[in-house]
Amino acid sequence: MTAIDPTAHLTAEQIEELGRELDAIRDEVIADRGEKDAAYIRKVISAQRKLELVSRGVLLFSIFPPAWLIGTAGLSVAKIMDNMEIGHNILHGQWDWMRDPKIHSTTWEWDHVSPADQWKHSHNELHHTYTNVIGKDNDLGYGIMRVDEDQKWHPFHLGQPLWNFINACFFEYGIAAYDLELGKNLHKRRRKNPEFRARAKAVGRKIRKQVLKDYVIHPLLSGPSFLTTLAATFTANLVRNVWSHSVIMCGHFPEGVQVFERRSIKGETRGQWYLRQMMGSANISGSKAMHFMTGNLSHQIEHHLFPDLPSNRYAEVAVKVRALFEKYELEYVSGPLPKQVFSAWHKVFRLSLPNKKPKVKTPVREQELIAA
Amino acid sequence: MTSTALRGRAWKLLEMVTTPLLPSDYLDLVSPLRAGADLRGRIEAVHPETGDAATIVIRPGRGWRGHTAGQYVRIGVDVDGVRLWRAYSITSPTDRRDGRVTITVKAIPDGKVSNHLVRRARPGTLIQLDQATGDFVLPEVKPAKVLYLTAGSGITPVMGMLRDTEFDDVVMVHSAPQPQDVIFRNDLHDLVADGKLRLIELHTDTDGMLDIARLDELVPDWAERETWACGPAGLLDAAEKHWAEHGVPERLHTERFRPGVVVTEDGGGGEVTFSTTGTTVDADGATPLLDVGEKAGVLMPSGCRMGICFGCVTPLKAGAVRDLRTGEITEAEPGVLIQTCVSAAAGPCDIER
Ligand code: FES
Repeated sequence: MTAIDPTAHLTAEQIEELGRELDAIRDEVIADRGEKDAAYIRKVISAQRKLELVSRGVLLFSIFPPAWLIGTAGLSVAKIMDNMEIGHNILHGQWDWMRDPKIHSTTWEWDHVSPADQWKHSHNELHHTYTNVIGKDNDLGYGIMRVDEDQKWHPFHLGQPLWNFINACFFEYGIAAYDLELGKNLHKRRRKNPEFRARAKAVGRKIRKQVLKDYVIHPLLSGPSFLTTLAATFTANLVRNVWSHSVIMCGHFPEGVQVFERRSIKGETRGQWYLRQMMGSANISGSKAMHFMTGNLSHQIEHHLFPDLPSNRYAEVAVKVRALFEKYELEYVSGPLPKQVFSAWHKVFRLSLPNKKPKVKTPVREQELIAA
Repeated sequence: MTSTALRGRAWKLLEMVTTPLLPSDYLDLVSPLRAGADLRGRIEAVHPETGDAATIVIRPGRGWRGHTAGQYVRIGVDVDGVRLWRAYSITSPTDRRDGRVTITVKAIPDGKVSNHLVRRARPGTLIQLDQATGDFVLPEVKPAKVLYLTAGSGITPVMGMLRDTEFDDVVMVHSAPQPQDVIFRNDLHDLVADGKLRLIELHTDTDGMLDIARLDELVPDWAERETWACGPAGLLDAAEKHWAEHGVPERLHTERFRPGVVVTEDGGGGEVTFSTTGTTVDADGATPLLDVGEKAGVLMPSGCRMGICFGCVTPLKAGAVRDLRTGEITEAEPGVLIQTCVSAAAGPCDIER
């Protein structure tokens, strides 16, 4: 809870009207979805596969530095494409309407150690429903960081810049652990829970396959380039992890993004839900290439409003959404990548220390609750 | 080690190289029609037949196992980006030299796939294919005398038969609204000119619907003929009755494109769970479960969407469904499969999808 509720000036009717206007934007895109969109995702998938093939091919000769550089760069981009514009969005069901079993949220698997179905549950269901609600949305600091003044400080948080850095480097493992709710489940009896064990096994299988592929088979195939290929795939995974971690941090961590209390979402209307998504997300501004490489998560606000609209439509939707922000006098948090990344990291550092001074003012929403 | 076992090993190894994708995901990029791929076809030409019907020439993938005259094939076509499956009769002979197959499609009003195929499909387009199937086929032993009784697009499977197998004595009674609506009219008249077919062409706009009792006058020896009939339900119902009344029901073979749907009483409906995907929605007792699932974003297999192709069969895990054609109730039991396109919820049920 920020000291001042930035939505306090809106009446209940206005919020519902806002909801209706957003619904209309959504309906327009759905009515217009078609061949061109389908062609888009097919093209991206095919480009990703070709890029990965070529890069891996080049890496067979990675003993030569130029080949190493080109192959590593290509593989990094291919992995980013796989996770962001393709994997994340397909697993959101953005392309389910095509009814193509090969490009469907129920069949897709990605180059990531968290199995698709587990990720869908923690991300699509929990994070997208309870966006930025403290105690409900574990994406807020992934359970290891303090990202809002209202969260209690603990000496453990002193290390959070370091935890965050490590998490960035091994992001996909962090996500897998997080999808498994590892922290919670490692305790005593929970560890034996058959459901947890089955899920942990699935993660183990996935890790084994990915590790075998990236760190054993492909290096072996490279023969004399064994070590350099190993280094290349490690680097590509590192690049992909750091990149996606940065992009994702920009989605909800930068200054200006609101968090919410558990009780504030009780009996939430559709309009209020939309409003929470609007206030709880932040965008990254930039070129088309930038949007593409972030899997259009640079349009995080639009993505949170309409998580299942095809990603290639977020750019056009953003224009209309932004107009609504202006109309309702709300702050559209957006900025170029370096600025947003800095802002998010700044917060991580700042909140690793206890709050500086006691809060002056009780938030408006809480005042109302107290009065009620 | 045998060569298949060896190949199996090699494939396993390849899968380790491509995980989480499959080797075929990459091969599909370059060779979607290769052996071992999911069966697909490429549209090579579209020939108009009448104002609203066209023949589509398809080059099937290497996995195509051929067909028997009279059979149909399920095809999956992307219309406005959405993959839709329908079943169409094959109209080419089984021994076509170039290995192509044809289907002949009549655009029906509001028919998404038929209109797309007749008016918008372009050569070069990839489509999804299933193996040919259906038991509306010629017998292995040639009957001495044959009658084909068809109407409208019911001529398509029969054309496949006509082009495939020559009989000594064939009569065809075909109905269409007007001469220009007769699909394959030129081909039929050529066969007549060659003395290979006796054709009775009825134009229902001027002559009225065929009264089955007139068969005695049109084809006096109809009861001695092995008959294949395909057309609207009214015609087939009348034919079945007629053949049964004359004590020769075994001579009649029918293929129904649009089975009549019985409107069932006492509503039904309930909460439908698609358990594999964990989707739950409310359904009424009149909407096919296929539509219910598709609307909920569940990936549902389908084909003709009218109960003939069995392309939509899915296990019913719990609850009960009602057959929209007969009103019959089917209850869940291990191994029970239902056709989702002609079944509606008869109370809460669980569909394995
Ligand atoms: S789709 Fe053909 S029988 Fe259901």
